[in-house]
Amino acid sequence: MAKQICYEDVEVGTEVTALPKVATTRMLVQWAGASGDFNPLHYDEDFAKAMGVGAPIVHGALKRAWLGQLMTDWIGEDGKLKKLSCQYRGMDYPRKMKTMEEPRDGETWWCKGKVTRKYEEGGEHLVECEIWVENGKGEKTTPGSALAALPARKKK
Amino acid sequence: MTDGSLITDELRKLIGVTLDTIVFKVEEGAIQRYAQAIGDPNPLFNDPDYASKTRYGRLLAPPGFTGWPTRAGRPTEKLFAFLVKGGAPPKILDGGIEFEFIEPVGAGDILTGTTKIAKVTERETKLGKTMFTTAEVTYVNQKGKVALKSWATIIQF
Repeated sequence: MAKQICYEDVEVGTEVTALPKVATTRMLVQWAGASGDFNPLHYDEDFAKAMGVGAPIVHGALKRAWLGQLMTDWIGEDGKLKKLSCQYRGMDYPRKMKTMEEPRDGETWWCKGKVTRKYEEGGEHLVECEIWVENGKGEKTTPGSALAALPARKKK
Repeated sequence: MTDGSLITDELRKLIGVTLDTIVFKVEEGAIQRYAQAIGDPNPLFNDPDYASKTRYGRLLAPPGFTGWPTRAGRPTEKLFAFLVKGGAPPKILDGGIEFEFIEPVGAGDILTGTTKIAKVTERETKLGKTMFTTAEVTYVNQKGKVALKSWATIIQF
């Protein structure tokens, strides 16, 4: 496990440790089953075309879950995620599969973030972050924000 | 209904109305499958033995998981049907989600989720005339405490 991050370790502008993700058609099937979202928009070519998005798209909720991981990885076990929000602004299209396990070449998505504010309130040490998922072109398709409480270093 | 508005009088009447209440069991296997689908190897969400020795005392759910099928982050078919019946356009996209996490959610929890339509607005977008609905869900755990709240934006055009 990575070393626990503390309130004193972050300043406004500190970057949240970036998290890479590769969306694949296989992953979308797995997500549909695990989340219970069986909307054909995410696996049926004709349906997706009729809906005007061109081809099956990555579930917004999967990208939101990636952002959840971005934050829980970064704040560690002693951190507490208090708020998380994001907007599904840009469509993302999964890589297709080359083999049963391996995706074809294509883009990698990055979950990123940075601290926008730090403050103490109600005995908690809080950090606000701007977070987002960006596609292979560096476009923020899923911008959002998060609020977390971090442990403070004990005074010696 | 004003001229050309997507928000019918029927839809206006739905604002603030409690739509439905659903009880979710947060199961250990469902948590693990959800974490695997995210590609999140965090032992708090994957390893019951590890998690039971932490202050949470049980396998913890990743943020936003409320039991299968999860509704957090995903408006229900029932809600869609409600909106379409009220005259909303039939093409639907998820607009986004906001969560407030209050109590930890983990294996064995029972959550009661209550959905209400908090807000309906409309504006012109690149999709044409577009309607935005905010569905607010409050999840209360088996101890009677609010565990989390979510506000999902539904886009219809």
